[in-house]
Amino acid sequence: MTLQDIRTPTLGQALRPNVWDAVALVLVIGAMVLIVYGGEQTVRPLSSLDIAPVSLDPANLPLYALRTTMRMLLAIVCSIVFTFCYAALAAKSRRAEMVLIPLLDILQSVPILGFLTFTVVFFLNLFPGRVLGAELACVFAIFTSQAWNMTFSMYQSMRNVPKDLEEATQSFHLSGWQRFWRLDVPFAMPGLIWNTMMSMSGGWFFVVASEAITVGNTTVTLPGIGSYVALGIQQQNLPAIGNAILTMLAVIIAYDQLLFRPVVAWADKFRFEQTAAATAPSSWMLDLFRRTRALRALTYPFAALNKAVSNLNIALPAGLRAPAKGAPPSRIVDVIWLALVVATTSYAAWRAYDYLSATLGLSDILSAFGYGFVTLARVIVLIALATLVWVPVGVWIGLRPKLAERIQPLAQFLAAFPANLAFPVFVVIIVRYGLNANVWLSPLMILGTQWYILFNVIAGASAFPSDLREAAGSFHLEGWRWWIKVILPGIFPYYITGAITASGGSWNASIVAEVASWGDTHLTATGLGAYIATATEAGDFPRVVLGIAVMCVLVTLFNRLLWRPLYAFGERRLRLG
Amino acid sequence: MLDPIKQTALADIRGVCRSFPKGSGEELRVLENVDLTIQSGEIVGLLGRSGSGKSTLLRIIAGLIRPTSGNATCRGEAITGPPNGVAMVFQSFALFPWLTVLQNVELGLEALGIDSAVRRTRALAAIDLIGLDGFESAYPKELSGGMRQRVGFARALVVHPDLLLMDEPFSALDVLTAETLRTDLVDLWIEGRLPIKSVLMVTHNIEEAVLMCDRILVFSSNPGRVAAEIKVDLPHPRNRLEPVFRQLVDSIYARMTQRAEPKTPAVEGIQGTGVGMVLQHVSSNVLSGLIETLAAPPYSGHADLPVLASSLQLEADEIFHFGESLQLLRFAQLSEGDLVLTEAGKRFADLETDARKKLFAEHLLKFVPVMGLIRRVLDERPSHTAPQARFRNELEDYMAEDQADETLKTIVSWARYAELFAYDEQSETFSLENPH
Repeated sequence: MTLQDIRTPTLGQALRPNVWDAVALVLVIGAMVLIVYGGEQTVRPLSSLDIAPVSLDPANLPLYALRTTMRMLLAIVCSIVFTFCYAALAAKSRRAEMVLIPLLDILQSVPILGFLTFTVVFFLNLFPGRVLGAELACVFAIFTSQAWNMTFSMYQSMRNVPKDLEEATQSFHLSGWQRFWRLDVPFAMPGLIWNTMMSMSGGWFFVVASEAITVGNTTVTLPGIGSYVALGIQQQNLPAIGNAILTMLAVIIAYDQLLFRPVVAWADKFRFEQTAAATAPSSWMLDLFRRTRALRALTYPFAALNKAVSNLNIALPAGLRAPAKGAPPSRIVDVIWLALVVATTSYAAWRAYDYLSATLGLSDILSAFGYGFVTLARVIVLIALATLVWVPVGVWIGLRPKLAERIQPLAQFLAAFPANLAFPVFVVIIVRYGLNANVWLSPLMILGTQWYILFNVIAGASAFPSDLREAAGSFHLEGWRWWIKVILPGIFPYYITGAITASGGSWNASIVAEVASWGDTHLTATGLGAYIATATEAGDFPRVVLGIAVMCVLVTLFNRLLWRPLYAFGERRLRLG
Repeated sequence: MLDPIKQTALADIRGVCRSFPKGSGEELRVLENVDLTIQSGEIVGLLGRSGSGKSTLLRIIAGLIRPTSGNATCRGEAITGPPNGVAMVFQSFALFPWLTVLQNVELGLEALGIDSAVRRTRALAAIDLIGLDGFESAYPKELSGGMRQRVGFARALVVHPDLLLMDEPFSALDVLTAETLRTDLVDLWIEGRLPIKSVLMVTHNIEEAVLMCDRILVFSSNPGRVAAEIKVDLPHPRNRLEPVFRQLVDSIYARMTQRAEPKTPAVEGIQGTGVGMVLQHVSSNVLSGLIETLAAPPYSGHADLPVLASSLQLEADEIFHFGESLQLLRFAQLSEGDLVLTEAGKRFADLETDARKKLFAEHLLKFVPVMGLIRRVLDERPSHTAPQARFRNELEDYMAEDQADETLKTIVSWARYAELFAYDEQSETFSLENPH
């Protein structure tokens, strides 16, 4: 994935190792050993999990953290590969686009933990008796939480490649393959990396949730931080949960410093701007790596390979090539394609109906929607509460640059932290004081996602032009008038971006938040999340499908009817500059 | 094939037409029956207004667009994609921001599969030739506009094309930089140091065309056609201040403002007639300012376009465009390279703001049919409102979507100034209400 970054070394001196090499070498070898170790663990038979079950010994935590991290890494690699293929297909073929993009839109609103129910069964059957099956199910769950927005970002970038660069690639005879690696991918890079980071943030939540899986009679506990916490809950061990939280903090910081900072700093050159930015992102890790000599020399073969691959003169198959301008697309092929799509859809609809109607009646559907509206009400109330709290706080912080600089990374970090690790702490309080689960379990839904609102509002307030602030000050705009006329419209587009993410995350979180337990005490709040969670535990597939479908419908409608119009309004009327 | 002229012709265009689909599904013709032959050893300029199809013609030769009808060949072979031996320089530079200068220059060679050692040598030679020495490892965003366009030139030259295509290569640069780059290029050309046989350049800058080209094809607009072919026999290096040079520039200005045979009651330079007139937005501030300038000394109602353009620091294209808007509204008259105020124009210059608005409104209703139409519809409807879509549909029967956008923008802006009717952007409706 290094794209022509590294220049050919001047031989001789370049190969002599320096001090930085020693540091970097230790890091690389350490990573290799850990990867091999983790790999060995996964091919073991499933029964080994019973022989060496998860234990609450804190000494095991680093190892568990490693396993969790490896799952994340694997999922992100899968997501990137998927993104490249899917986005390229959707962007280059008009007919594929007709199906792929709406599909992606729906997939985005399917609750991720819902996928888990099916994939666990599927993957366990695929590799019977091996840990690998369970591992893959877990990786797949993370993948589904990461891939969609990355793919969307890549697709949108590919559709918006500047026309002059496109003409330049044509004019200089670059093949479709070369164009993809030389133009499409670099152009999409900044958006893709940003979305990958957001995906990773979301991913921690799901990796933790999917390590201890119970589907009907099958219970798989994969060694990891998530299962450690699950065990801690079972044994009512609060210190263990504290340890897990601390470990997770360390892991996320390491991930950020060792992986994402360097990547962001490196990818800065792909930003499509014709002027140099005032402050370029920096990373000590990347600086360290760039200072090494021998290690950099090691990467030259990879750079050369990458160069060779991206230079291959592969033309896209004729069907995928952009139609010659002016040539009208064939109507007959369009009709056949549409017919095919309609037929497949009808068949799928019929099969789904057939399967569900065998066990479910109209009353089930109505009750599922009923639960859905309860959860919807929770989401709305919680977003409103989070807005009331975090918008003023975010504005206050954002208008103080020094403070914003320090708080912003913290808010982003809190958004990445898997809130479900902290759930037990809250559950203990609810149990101890005998609080109403229907009310007090709700805040858990927004525990991890409220930070998106905070850091977006901070970003918006920091970006608010100082001349407008000064103008407002000189006209004595104060109090509520200042909020309504000046700052709220100014941060609106940022706030909406944050609120959309927060609301989507809350829906997902409802599946784990509406049902909670501490030892033998089980708390359940009425709602769609609890409905799906209970059905999953009972292995009641028709109800799981129904619950997921209802959630899908509600999320999609909620997005279309509320968030999208607000977003469009913000972009059209309130975007500054 | 055996025809000796054909064999030396680098590019040959015969009877080429090109249309784009309009909103209504009909075709909008941008090029009609264009013939052009490019021989070895000449710099040919395509000069014309924006929208005269000159860029389209360049892209047809570059193999980026196919002609709707007619023949386009490059060295005797039909053009079906970007032909070998043709390279292009872009107005916007089209550099890859993530590649260094050297990598950008090498790009074209890599695609040709040229060995890396040869590639490096050739790229460095091109960088050296175009005066980019020392900038090899810089990224485009670190360079000034002029340096960026030098990279654009080096990237095109490094493939040793027979024909170099340039799409307004200097128009994104400031005046000084553009001039330096032009003279550098002409010097290299005269000294025979450029690894190319011919150049075809698109420009709307008349002086630039006279300064650089051996042959200038003047394009008329709507649809684009070759209106005239002018040979420039002045020896290089040419001096802008020489009388012969000035004369040539003046005569091209005159030719470009000449009235075409009046086959339709169309207004010169403005595409379409009646409601289907394609309007291009010019702010009412600019129009008033131009009228005032024209009315005041030294022009006193009559200005020579090249003089006016250089004193206002406007491109020929812009001054034409402003002049035509004034002509459409009958505030001034364009002829033989001059812009002359009409009686109404002189009156306008003397009036106060409110009276100016009234006069402007009168002329809008009288001479811009779509204004009259909208006003009539609003008057007739009991609610005195009408959705914008109603008029957009009508406009799109005559013109392409983006032209309809531009026309609507002009309508709204002029009507607001003249206080003819109001427009609410959020609900996209016209109405008679004015908030006062």
